[in-house]
Amino acid sequence: MSAQLVTELTILILAAFVGFEVISKVPTLLHTPLMSGTNAIHGIVIVGGIIVMGAPHPGFFMRLVSFAAVILATANVVGGFVVTDRMLEMFKKRPDEDAS
Amino acid sequence: MSQSTANLLYLITIAAFILALRFLSSPRHARLGVQIGAAGMLWAVLVTFFKDEVVTGWWWTAAGIAIGSVVGVVGARKVKMTAMPQMVALFNGVGGGAAALISLVEFHGVWAHAGHVGAERGISTAFSALIGSLSFAGSMIAFGKLQELVSGRPITYPGQQIGNALLFAGAIALGAVAMAAVSFWLLIAMIGAAVLFGIVFVLPIGGADMPVVISMLNAFTGLAAAATGFVLHSNVLIVSGMLVGASGTLLTLMMARAMNRSVANVLFGAFGKVVAAPAGAEADSDGASVRSTTADDVAVMLAYARRVVFVPGYGLAVAQAQHDVRTLAELLQARGVDVRYAIHPVAGRMPGHMNVLLAEANVPYDELYEMESINPEFPQTDVAVIVGANDVVNPSARNQPGSPIYGMPILDVDKSQNVVVIKRSMSPGFAGIDNPLFYDPKTVMLFDDAKAALEKIVAAVKSV
Repeated sequence: MSAQLVTELTILILAAFVGFEVISKVPTLLHTPLMSGTNAIHGIVIVGGIIVMGAPHPGFFMRLVSFAAVILATANVVGGFVVTDRMLEMFKKRPDEDAS
Repeated sequence: MSQSTANLLYLITIAAFILALRFLSSPRHARLGVQIGAAGMLWAVLVTFFKDEVVTGWWWTAAGIAIGSVVGVVGARKVKMTAMPQMVALFNGVGGGAAALISLVEFHGVWAHAGHVGAERGISTAFSALIGSLSFAGSMIAFGKLQELVSGRPITYPGQQIGNALLFAGAIALGAVAMAAVSFWLLIAMIGAAVLFGIVFVLPIGGADMPVVISMLNAFTGLAAAATGFVLHSNVLIVSGMLVGASGTLLTLMMARAMNRSVANVLFGAFGKVVAAPAGAEADSDGASVRSTTADDVAVMLAYARRVVFVPGYGLAVAQAQHDVRTLAELLQARGVDVRYAIHPVAGRMPGHMNVLLAEANVPYDELYEMESINPEFPQTDVAVIVGANDVVNPSARNQPGSPIYGMPILDVDKSQNVVVIKRSMSPGFAGIDNPLFYDPKTVMLFDDAKAALEKIVAAVKSV
């Protein structure tokens, strides 16, 4: 097993614990935005999309596949963030405190 | 720039994502958090353009990003808040699909040069392609079910689970052989099998359980992204993917707990298949009759109450009656009535969905009460008004051991002094079971469309 793999696995495990820790503090009130926000975050595969698109390709077909990957990943990122922002924009406290 | 410089700069993105999730702990700064997350994502994209291995295809990339952005923005702006679960499923699916395609292209490079894949890289490639395509196909079916393009009822046939298990095992075997033999076509075959498995895996799950499935597939796509990170040796993919994996897993477990069912029961139980009311509920309801009422009577009841609790359900959202509830609530508050909203954790079609829908109607979030904090208040509540909710107020969950929802935590509306149920007809809810609450002597039914009924009550309260 390569040293790099061990390092990467370490990062993976630590990220899992950070994830559990951070997510468990999110109130049920915000679970829908949480779901769509994390949804946007896994759109980070766009980085992979740009890398495979930018590498020299042996054929046109693979270029098309990479192109499709970039489109899908971008839709995931942009759509995810925009929709989450749209939801959170609506969460407001009551404007004045006297209405009880 | 080199791999290590890029990984260094990606640390900013990693920090931004963790902060984004951290900020979601309160509605006050949640929006800022999401904006930090989006900035982190933008940074990652910029850094990637300057990586050593990105040498060509600029126009392709630019065009892909442009098309994807347009699709994303239009989709995200146009979607109705009620359709949020479908939207999440859709965006989740395309992310999974992207992860699978990236692994495919990476592997194609190795295959075309007649190279060989080491075990480490082979496992991550196959895993990413397998989980990514499974997530893609499963999400599309979940989308179809919620959008009612595919039947929301569980679709079952004999030998289903054994067939599915064999299919999944077959996909894994194909992936292993593809990596060992370095065969591009076998990897394609594996992706085909994984897509097929994603479809047949989600088909037998009922529409009401789709949010759990979506949350789980969200975790899957996260893991697929993390696996892609192992293929490309990109720490930012590993961390971000795993954050999502952890979040999706946690949410899936929390949702299953809110319904008092195991995740396995959700996935393999074909819940909601039994349309007929169970014998127990039937016995409970015969002899008792339903009392129907008018908007004017409800108005009088509400206007002279001290405390009113609204229990909104998905039916409220379907009728687009969120604004009417708020109007009625404000009218009652002006008369000195203590008005609250009781939100069940799975009200709406995904956890927290009802909060979003009410926020859209400008209901202040501090009037929304979670189940644990409102349940002890019901005995002191004069009127509980149930608008478009059904299963989450079904007392069978508490006292009918034979009921399919027995054990599910519910809102104890039957403990309040009076119950008003606004409902179009006596039809059962999403879970397809009868509700003894409707036959309770304390309960009156107002048979009408939620929006129409609320409008009538508002008019009547004004003239009280």
